[in-house]
Amino acid sequence: MSTSEKHGNPEIKPFWPPLAAGIALGLVLLLTFVLSAHGLGASGAATDVVAGVGLQLAPEATKANGYLGPMVADGSPIGSWMTWEILGVAIGALVAAFTAGRFRVQLDGARSVGTPKRLIATLTGGFLAGFGARIAGGCTSGVGLSGSAALGISAFVFLALFFATGMLVNRLVKGV
Amino acid sequence: MFPLNETGMLSGLLCGILFGYVLENAGFGSPVKLSAQFKLTDWAVFKVMFTALVVAAVGLWLLRFAGLLRPDSIAVPQAALMAAAAGGALVGAGFAVGGYCPGTSVAGLFSGRLDALVFIVGVLLGTTGFAVFYGTALRSLKSAWLIAEGDTFTDVYAVPEPVVLAILGVALIAVFYFGSWFERRGSGTVSAQQAVEGAR
Repeated sequence: MSTSEKHGNPEIKPFWPPLAAGIALGLVLLLTFVLSAHGLGASGAATDVVAGVGLQLAPEATKANGYLGPMVADGSPIGSWMTWEILGVAIGALVAAFTAGRFRVQLDGARSVGTPKRLIATLTGGFLAGFGARIAGGCTSGVGLSGSAALGISAFVFLALFFATGMLVNRLVKGV
Repeated sequence: MFPLNETGMLSGLLCGILFGYVLENAGFGSPVKLSAQFKLTDWAVFKVMFTALVVAAVGLWLLRFAGLLRPDSIAVPQAALMAAAAGGALVGAGFAVGGYCPGTSVAGLFSGRLDALVFIVGVLLGTTGFAVFYGTALRSLKSAWLIAEGDTFTDVYAVPEPVVLAILGVALIAVFYFGSWFERRGSGTVSAQQAVEGAR
């Protein structure tokens, strides 16, 4: 425990220790497999939203698109398991942050790197992660975590490149 | 007999709520906490992910061993190694630049971080960009270095599953041992107080 935590705002509860959080996350993942036959995910919900919104705004182009077309063949994918799950993530995180006194509206990173740079960094980071997740067929949670729990070879390849590239880029760019 | 193949609203909401609750409590709504893993000063990301994957993998094995889970019934990502490598590298680069990944950005936004909302907009734009550029090049990237024999170490290299689990168990202990060693040498882990105060 750091000094600032000892003398800081007593309303702010500490994070769970990594071992406890890891066991909890592992049990949630196991429950997800047992219930739904697949693991947890995140970027899949973004794909469903893009396909669903595309179907509303530009139905012909979306249906004709090689990637999104097959996803909207049976109607909008908004309302899929993955979109409900990501809504759940929002609710769960909100409850956790509020009950632990950790909810604070802020532009995190604005003070350390400046607002314009922070906005560009986070938008660029999101774009790279979104594009990359579609190449891999999932992101850190879908391929990295759930895939490795299912002992998939590609999940470990994903994680190795994820951390190696992350460490390298972290040394070149200060985004936060 | 599991899995129940429940893919409706309640199943999604339940799993998501628990996922989000754990993510935020682990500190993964904070880009400061998350990027400290890449600086090797806070190993919470490695520790939590490795613990979770071992708990879930052992749990799945035990359920199968007890005859409660149908064999080959859960989703395993396809062993398309080029896609996994290229996608993993891009998600890692995005994480380092933006401070989040797609899942943790939702935890970030709902603990009040507006930069996480901008990250989510980026994810949606990146997804759209992929769909727009989807053609021969991306299609062949997604299917390059595909292992046809199967998707797991057990299927492809005939490594018995308990051996894979044992190797992961050793790796988990190593992550905690070396991680804690790095944390003691570095500037200290990111506390909840520091995370709420934001990057400085």
